[in-house]
Amino acid sequence: MSVPLTLLGLLEREPSHGYELKRDYDAYFGRDKPLPFGQVYATLGRLARDGKVVAGEAEPGAGPDRKRYVITDTGAVEFETWLAEPVDPEPHLQTVLFAKVVLALMLGRSAGQYLDTQRAAHLARMRDLTDMKRTGGLIDGLLADHGLFHLEADLRWIDTTAARLDALAAEVRGTATQTPSGRSR
Amino acid sequence: MTLVEARNVVRSFGQTPALRGATLAVAAGEIVAVMGPSGSGKSTLLHCLAGILVPDSGEVWFDGRRLDTRSETERSTLRRDRFGFVFQFGQLVPELTAEENVALPLLLGGTRRARALAEARPWFGRLGLDGLQGRRSGELSGGEAQRVALARGLVARPQVLFADEPTGSLDSLTGEQVMDLLVSAARGQGTTVVLVTHEARVAAYADREVIVRDGTVNSLSPDPVTP
Repeated sequence: MSVPLTLLGLLEREPSHGYELKRDYDAYFGRDKPLPFGQVYATLGRLARDGKVVAGEAEPGAGPDRKRYVITDTGAVEFETWLAEPVDPEPHLQTVLFAKVVLALMLGRSAGQYLDTQRAAHLARMRDLTDMKRTGGLIDGLLADHGLFHLEADLRWIDTTAARLDALAAEVRGTATQTPSGRSR
Repeated sequence: MTLVEARNVVRSFGQTPALRGATLAVAAGEIVAVMGPSGSGKSTLLHCLAGILVPDSGEVWFDGRRLDTRSETERSTLRRDRFGFVFQFGQLVPELTAEENVALPLLLGGTRRARALAEARPWFGRLGLDGLQGRRSGELSGGEAQRVALARGLVARPQVLFADEPTGSLDSLTGEQVMDLLVSAARGQGTTVVLVTHEARVAAYADREVIVRDGTVNSLSPDPVTP
């Protein structure tokens, strides 16, 4: 999640105070990780320095910061460009999961047992997200769905890998024996 | 308290072993997902637990009594009176209306027609099927037919609902609606559920999962430690 670009997007909607930006950011994007006030103002400071937002005059009243921020043309162009770009579809091939499986096989440990443990952890998280979906509103449901689909993809990979562990073991152990190192088996 | 249990169940079809010592205990009120790849034996396990199939060896227990040693007639009565079933394809009786299909387990159990239909009726509102009471299965969408099948599986307030890939023929969103209704309805009347599925998203509606692999049951740790 890019905090500067997300704040620019909220400002593209309407000029806002820092506390309004934090409130809306937390409501839509920061459920698991609310944005600290310090980060809001530091980000707005950098955006102002780079000419992407301007701060209005301080308004009278109490409160930490009564300035209203407005997006500039430069900021709006950057935001629109970002918005139109697809996110890199990462292949996720070199994940921690993959590294653990390969290392377990190289070292003669039980990769199957590791995959079962990981599968249980994934399913437990999927249960939590399903519960969140069943008891929450639409936004909770859509956020949960995003997590669920990713976990499901991992699980499919886990199942496919579990079915091919023997072949993978032969391959990685074969590689290990060819490594010109004194520690090879 | 354990309600339904398989102890070291072995079952083959001809020379092909399907279960090779499967053990599973399901507590009363629990919703357990039985997962596993195609051909792993998960449906055979469900059929043994429900008394549809008899194991070659091993034991099946229900509510504190052996199930597998009872006669076909006794098991059939038990299935009708104490168990409910939902399968991948609703398997509604095409000649009957949706309402008659829902009432069917009650009618087969000897409930008078008017009363059986009266008990079937509230399920239509509960499962979002209002107005479809008079339709026949050919006039229902896949999701509607499966909800009718779910109502039929639960109408007699069974102690155990056996669901074999209940969302297997549905798209993802419709499948989740059916699962949500299944879980709510089962919890609402305290029905234990044994749910066979190969889909993790469906299994995530259960209280816990087990995996059938090569004819045996692996219980995943209930409180896993993330490595």
